[in-house]
Amino acid sequence: MRGENKLLDIKKLKVTYRSDNGPVHAVENLNLELGYGETLGFVGETGAGKTTTAYSIMGLLPSPQAKIESGEITFEGESLLDKKEKELRNIRGRDIAMIFQDPMTSLNPVMTVIEQVEEMISLHKKISKKEVKEQAYQILEKVGIKEERVFDYPHQFSGGMKQRVVIAIALSCDPKLLIADEPTTALDVTIQAQVLELMKKLKDEFGTSMIMITHDLGIVAEICDKVAIMYAGSVVEYADKVSLYTNPSHPYTRGLFNSIPDINKEDTSELKEIKGHPPDPTNPLLGCNFSSRCEYAMEKCKKFKPKEYMLSDSHTVNCFLYDNHTYKGGEPNE
Amino acid sequence: MNSRILEVNNLKKYFKVKNGNLHAVDEVSFYINTGETLGLVGESGCGKSTTGRTLVRLLEADHGEIIFEGSDILKKGKKEMSDLRQNVQMVFQDPYSCLNPRLSIGNSIAEPLEVNNIYKTKQDKKNRVKELMDIVGIEERLINSYPHELDGGMRQRVGIARALAINPKFIVLDEPVSSLDVCIQAQILNLLKRLQKELDLTYLFISHDLSVVKYISDRIAVMYLGKIVELSDHNIIFKDPLHPYTQALLSAIPIPKLNASGDRIILKGDVPSPVNPPEGCRFYTRCIYAQDVCLNKTPELREIEPERYVSCHFARNLSREEN
Repeated sequence: MRGENKLLDIKKLKVTYRSDNGPVHAVENLNLELGYGETLGFVGETGAGKTTTAYSIMGLLPSPQAKIESGEITFEGESLLDKKEKELRNIRGRDIAMIFQDPMTSLNPVMTVIEQVEEMISLHKKISKKEVKEQAYQILEKVGIKEERVFDYPHQFSGGMKQRVVIAIALSCDPKLLIADEPTTALDVTIQAQVLELMKKLKDEFGTSMIMITHDLGIVAEICDKVAIMYAGSVVEYADKVSLYTNPSHPYTRGLFNSIPDINKEDTSELKEIKGHPPDPTNPLLGCNFSSRCEYAMEKCKKFKPKEYMLSDSHTVNCFLYDNHTYKGGEPNE
Repeated sequence: MNSRILEVNNLKKYFKVKNGNLHAVDEVSFYINTGETLGLVGESGCGKSTTGRTLVRLLEADHGEIIFEGSDILKKGKKEMSDLRQNVQMVFQDPYSCLNPRLSIGNSIAEPLEVNNIYKTKQDKKNRVKELMDIVGIEERLINSYPHELDGGMRQRVGIARALAINPKFIVLDEPVSSLDVCIQAQILNLLKRLQKELDLTYLFISHDLSVVKYISDRIAVMYLGKIVELSDHNIIFKDPLHPYTQALLSAIPIPKLNASGDRIILKGDVPSPVNPPEGCRFYTRCIYAQDVCLNKTPELREIEPERYVSCHFARNLSREEN
């Protein structure tokens, strides 16, 4: 059964940016869904369109450079794209919160950390000042910031601690959806481990759904339930975690796995690299976006876009290698 | 028997800051055999880049010896250093900022050839530039392009071509792949391995990414707060880490496999400040095995088995005190 308990449903999203060389096709025909309490890993390289998708959901795309050309984004049954800015402002922070990559640039340097948490709470909850303060203390304690440090300023914190503050702000209003954009990329591994542990714990405690944008398949294995692999603006493979890691099917997904040096192997023979580069987003390919680099590319791959073939109920892959499977609803996008 | 191309003894580099001395590199000793890759790993601020930079004398060491092919490079004058630089080169982390944005790729690669006055005629020089571009896998048509027209991977190839231009024997690679996507990263790692084989190069490979370091290195040194805490063969260190920090570091790596992360050791707190660090073991504040002696006595880097160095009082006898 698909479609009953969906928190977020994105259909055929298309986003372009204006540029001197014509429109940049950042996101092209993107479909994605997320259920309540699920964590989705959103994996792809630089420029794959991960952050653009996140900003589209949040309604934070820079205007007028970026434009949502077509598609739907439905959050709890309501279309986000039809909302007015004022309505969106109420949703942002309260229902959908975001954690950005660099904690230094997302905190206000001239406010103490507790003020920043209080700001968020008082914007979205109609409660007394005293209650706001209490709640701010509570959430900071939950993320592991000691009471004696809540009146410090961001520059007095280390990177990991700053990211904890950002997490506290994001979770302070009990959002239904949390979008985390590479939350640990700027951190060292031992600190990354601390932050991931914290996010896992809080996610369970609050029952928040989460979209985890990352380029690290290791983090996905640890924290996510479902995975969407993104390449050149669209999702090429979407599956539950177990299915994706045991049976990666799209040639790009396999290429990604092969590019990572395996830490458990003693063999240090040459890595199997994916040759070449992603296609130019101002000049998208007619056929499959990956066809220019794919070792299995056939004639039809160069002419048509593959449909979402269903390997199982929870595993779809956009590749003609699997066209003996049934494809998911809708007409192909040609 | 391996010959040692480089030997570093008791290297120290302190930076003066407002509140005292920042101990970036503190009594570090290691050696590198000819033709091997030594990986230097650690978290940000542990002194790995400073170590790399002192080796090529981009930073002046405060104390210690750096013996390259039998002579101490810290004692060399300016003229001798420029001769030495023909043998020792460096590749930097950020290919965006290490290239001159106003020089074309061809001119950027030709620059080290001009500085060292290697080719007399323009044609010879141009041929060498083309040859270098071919070696590192840059298409010839890009010779007149500028850095902003290339992606990160290509720019890093330019950086490598510049380092290779004057046929060095030893290259310090400071986080050469950390700003690149995994696919591009794999391409550059393959390139570096191939070049090492073809040109008999020796590498010092500095990185914070353990899986990359394991893949490319023969031996690995782990640094923490200015000191090497463990050094041994790349397979052995991963199979059987001896220092508590190495153990925690290795267990913290997210592995792209299902149910791969077994018992994770989560370190408490942050790395302490390297300004005026206290006596005793630097890892004391975060170590789960710490005992009184660790607070008072600095552990030496000792060879506890052949070719395995570790600086922990209790290596091989780690036991946790009940608390």
